[in-house]
Amino acid sequence: MKVTVTVNGGQVAAEVPDRTLLVHFLRDVAGLTATNVGCDTSSCGACTVLLDGRSVKSCTLLAAQADGSAVVTLEGLANGSGELHPVQQAFRAEHGLQCGFCTPGMVMAVVSLLEENPDPSEAEVRTALEGNLCRCTGYHNIVRAVLAAASERRPS
Amino acid sequence: MIPAPFTYKRAWSVDEAIDLVARDGDEAKFLAGGHSLLPLMKLRLAVPQTLVDIGRLRELSYIRDAGDHIAVGALTRHGELASSDLLARELPLLAHAAGQIGDPQVRHCGTIGGSLAHADPAADLPAVVLALDATLVARGPSGSREIAAADFFRGLFETALEPDELLTEIRIGKPAASGWAFQKFTKRAIDWAIVGVAVQGGRVALVNMGQTPVRAAAVESALAAGAGAREAAAHAATGASPSDDLNASRAYREHLARVLVRRAVEEALART
Amino acid sequence: MSILGTRVVRTEDPRLLTAGGTYVDDLRDPELAGAASVTFIRSPLAHALITNIDVSAALDAPGVVAVLTVADINDLPPPPPPPEEGFEPPPGSEAAPLPLGGHWSEPLLAVDRVRFVGEPVAMVLTDDSYQGEDAAELVSVDYEPLPAVASIDAALAGDSLLFPVTGTNVAVTAGASADGTAFDGCEVVVERTIVNQRLAPVPMEGRATAASWADGKLTVWVSTQNAQLSRFVLAGAFGMDPAAIRVVAPDVGGGFGAKIALDRDAILVAWAAKHTGRALRWVETRSENMVGMTHGRAQRQRIKIGGTRDGRILAYRNDIIQDTGAYPRMSGFLPFLTGLMAAGPYDIGHVAAANRVVVTNTTPISAYRGAGRPEATAAVERAVDLFAAEIGMDPAEVRRINLVPPDKFPYSSGGGAVYDTGEYVAALDKVLAAAGYSELRAEQARRRERGDVLQLGIGVASYVEITAADAAGGETARVMVHDDGTATVYTGSSAHGQGHHTAWAMLVQDELCIPMDKITVIHGDTDLIPFGTGTYASRSLQLGGTAVHNAAVDVKERARAVAADLLEASPADLELDTESGVWQVRGDPASSRTWGEVAAHAGPDGLAADANFTEGQPTFPFGTHLAVVEVDTETGKVRLLRHVTVDDAGTVLNPLLVEGQRHGGIAQGAAQALLEEMVYDADGNPITGTLVDYAIITAAELPSFELLVSETPATSNPLGAKGIGEAGTIGATPAVQNAVVDALSHLGIRHLDMPATPARVWAAISEATANSATGEGQ
Repeated sequence: MKVTVTVNGGQVAAEVPDRTLLVHFLRDVAGLTATNVGCDTSSCGACTVLLDGRSVKSCTLLAAQADGSAVVTLEGLANGSGELHPVQQAFRAEHGLQCGFCTPGMVMAVVSLLEENPDPSEAEVRTALEGNLCRCTGYHNIVRAVLAAASERRPS
Repeated sequence: MIPAPFTYKRAWSVDEAIDLVARDGDEAKFLAGGHSLLPLMKLRLAVPQTLVDIGRLRELSYIRDAGDHIAVGALTRHGELASSDLLARELPLLAHAAGQIGDPQVRHCGTIGGSLAHADPAADLPAVVLALDATLVARGPSGSREIAAADFFRGLFETALEPDELLTEIRIGKPAASGWAFQKFTKRAIDWAIVGVAVQGGRVALVNMGQTPVRAAAVESALAAGAGAREAAAHAATGASPSDDLNASRAYREHLARVLVRRAVEEALART
Repeated sequence: MSILGTRVVRTEDPRLLTAGGTYVDDLRDPELAGAASVTFIRSPLAHALITNIDVSAALDAPGVVAVLTVADINDLPPPPPPPEEGFEPPPGSEAAPLPLGGHWSEPLLAVDRVRFVGEPVAMVLTDDSYQGEDAAELVSVDYEPLPAVASIDAALAGDSLLFPVTGTNVAVTAGASADGTAFDGCEVVVERTIVNQRLAPVPMEGRATAASWADGKLTVWVSTQNAQLSRFVLAGAFGMDPAAIRVVAPDVGGGFGAKIALDRDAILVAWAAKHTGRALRWVETRSENMVGMTHGRAQRQRIKIGGTRDGRILAYRNDIIQDTGAYPRMSGFLPFLTGLMAAGPYDIGHVAAANRVVVTNTTPISAYRGAGRPEATAAVERAVDLFAAEIGMDPAEVRRINLVPPDKFPYSSGGGAVYDTGEYVAALDKVLAAAGYSELRAEQARRRERGDVLQLGIGVASYVEITAADAAGGETARVMVHDDGTATVYTGSSAHGQGHHTAWAMLVQDELCIPMDKITVIHGDTDLIPFGTGTYASRSLQLGGTAVHNAAVDVKERARAVAADLLEASPADLELDTESGVWQVRGDPASSRTWGEVAAHAGPDGLAADANFTEGQPTFPFGTHLAVVEVDTETGKVRLLRHVTVDDAGTVLNPLLVEGQRHGGIAQGAAQALLEEMVYDADGNPITGTLVDYAIITAAELPSFELLVSETPATSNPLGAKGIGEAGTIGATPAVQNAVVDALSHLGIRHLDMPATPARVWAAISEATANSATGEGQ
């Protein structure tokens, strides 16, 4: 069927098999490969993107379910003039990534978290990230990055 | 990793949704948030031929004060339940339990109707609606009917819904007794409950203590007869048939049920 | 001021944080345009004969390019024949990180039988991966089940043999058998059988390989920890000149040791690309990864410790049975390392270790973060705590009495390793002080007194570990300065998250005064770097970094000579101004020349130097971990409250990177103690085959860690560096395990095997309380 999704502000339309997962629509049709697939049981969160402003696991949605909606991926986070989003800046400053594979999904989950809870405690951050697995960092610096971004955040 | 091929159809009204599913009989399933169904389809444990996407039926997403009861649309997402001021005031058990489901991403997509219709005994909301004595409203080709929560869960992944019936609303009477509690025991925060307990007033329902959510009837009788929390909780596993699995033996589940029921009842009492 | 030792944010990050990394599945190289997708058909049975494979239905499926079975592998040189006489393992196999081979050889596609669930049996090539899953379901394989050997006990019983011609399931035997005298002088002897359970590495990116065969050259992109080794493996497997093969490691999403060797699946992808002439890409699913990627640990250990009543340990022995899974891919290497490091950081007079390696119908075992050393440390740390409990002495105090004192280095340990430098007691004391040990014990006592539901446990673990164990293999580097003043570093190391590009650029900036943003670091392409060893065994900074440093020093000296020629001065009068990064005659700023000008003057070979640092030695980082846990004694649930560490890996180049490695290591170590286990049923079926059931630790289960600083330099390389990559894991697991046991010790519990899941903890509690009710002892 024909699926049209606004991805990072631009319209992407294609005829795709009905069973196409949103993550593959983003990677293979929209050509945005930052979002990764890390598991097949909706456990790891590497595929997290924003759908109409809220974090979702794009491997657990059909592209068809996102038809007519707006998706933001990591590639769409920095503003037009290349200035990094505060969350991206904080991840770099705090060394919140190592191999980078979980990072796109982690960053988008954090963006969504801070939209809903702009001033989280450490415990709230850790609980909010329970659906995003990282094997490299031990989460310590990711948590620091979230708290740093929270204190840096300009109201949107 | 990828579902087997199927045909996707999209419904723009409840009647259209029912009609589309009725046409394909047993081979069609409703797709709400998809967070119970799609994981099964990706592992090819479920292979429906047709999916009818009801995600656009925004008219089924609401939380309303209907006077003597709260009406929750079946397509209301877990995250919306968790952050609802109305529910925090009137049905904090439902709001709190919904906020414990999965992770934020899951709560942005999963719906109460989808979760109840899927009827996984390890899920949280089936036991919660049982403890709340909710009424589930279902609509099919021949019209609407009301099903009491106590009659809704029939077996493992099996409900009273006909294949062509759609849950539209969950009606929950405003509780007379204010005490409530929700105890969810997991290995990790993200995990399904090994055992869970939902308490509303004198009603106690158990998560993952059998093939369906169950009311802990012996506990409820003991409480009604004036027993204290510890004494009543000793009956937590009476009549339940919990399974043995990777995370817990039957005996351990029964033990956890007793501990969690006691804690939940104490917590509920502290809230009255 | 030198940049070395300062916190420098990573040069890798801007790209990773904006465009994302380019992993194998993201590659859009022209050679891979139109690449077909590879899907493997894998055995659903643990042990069976293959009686028939019917591919006819699959051939007709949409998008199918080819369906390949072992019968199609007719264009590779045959494997070497097994030895004719006897079934003795080849000499050195008890200590070689190589497959045992011979009668224990592992085929590419299964030939006549399968030996583990997940073993590849056939391959289907399709236009896209969705079609691949559909087509794979249509390949029909008939199996005749054989009795599964699903445990060490079943392997030792020998009723069912994986390799019948060998007559046994014991592939390797090594080490000193027990002599009767070692424990004779001991007033106290404690013995116990403990388990270091099977784990799955679960890097967030699974295995992935892409391959293209064109004009007689094979190009293979693989998610690997060493492209150079992969190239030699492929050359050997295909009987090809290595020069006709290019291997590229793109961004790699974690390895943890499981991506060191080139798996048979990857070799098959490369072969199939050559065989069909079609570019191919294979990206495994997580379900495949859980059974197809090698597992780690899986040792059963009989530990025996003896000493005096006043706390002196006199003898220690570890008898290991290593479950190596269906194929002995690492011969006896892992338990060899366990034996080598058996004594831990302790000065023990009699130390011995022995091992047997058995095959079972499970996923093959190979290196996983620590590779044999976490097993050694977990064993001796449990033994020390058991000894402490037996004599009624504080476990930290027992450690202090027995740790190798600082004046005994280099120290010849009882396991055979010679530890280079160490301050073991200082590390212990630092951690105890920072943790507030006596206050923690006081709080523990108060909770026991009150009979609180939530009991406190404090676990201590002191460790020493061996990094760059294969230092003799060396590491390579080339440093080039270009005539535009930029520099390029080619490194034989192969980062997959460690931040080498940042670290190597720091080293070059420090030596050459070229700013980091003008330095490019390249790794992992055998066309550019034909010789290198790759990243594992925590070797890269001390060997690869030293190679970069040495090459930079060489470049500097060449530049001095070239600049001298350019300026018509004597090289002895040339200096590199550290402020401005220009070459000049000393005392004559007007003579200054930029790096670019000097490089331009250097002639056709430019300014470049190669280094191959083979003079390094294995080094021995060390430390102490202290874990504080809270156990809910009604449910058995354990919460890790605090984790305090010293991890001393010598001179620190970039504290940011070192802390990151420690954090990640601690998380994986704690996860082994509390949550993770790869479980098989009696028929060899994996029960924990998805991330729902295999409990990877999340942010919600961990606290922030308390890291202390300690730098005791290595003496075998100019950077003073030891390796930090695995140390955190090695120290963390026993600290957390000891903490859980400690929380329950007042109930008479002396030991609990890992992982300390709620069910296991509660079972121990209820057994202990039942025993105390009936008066039975532990």
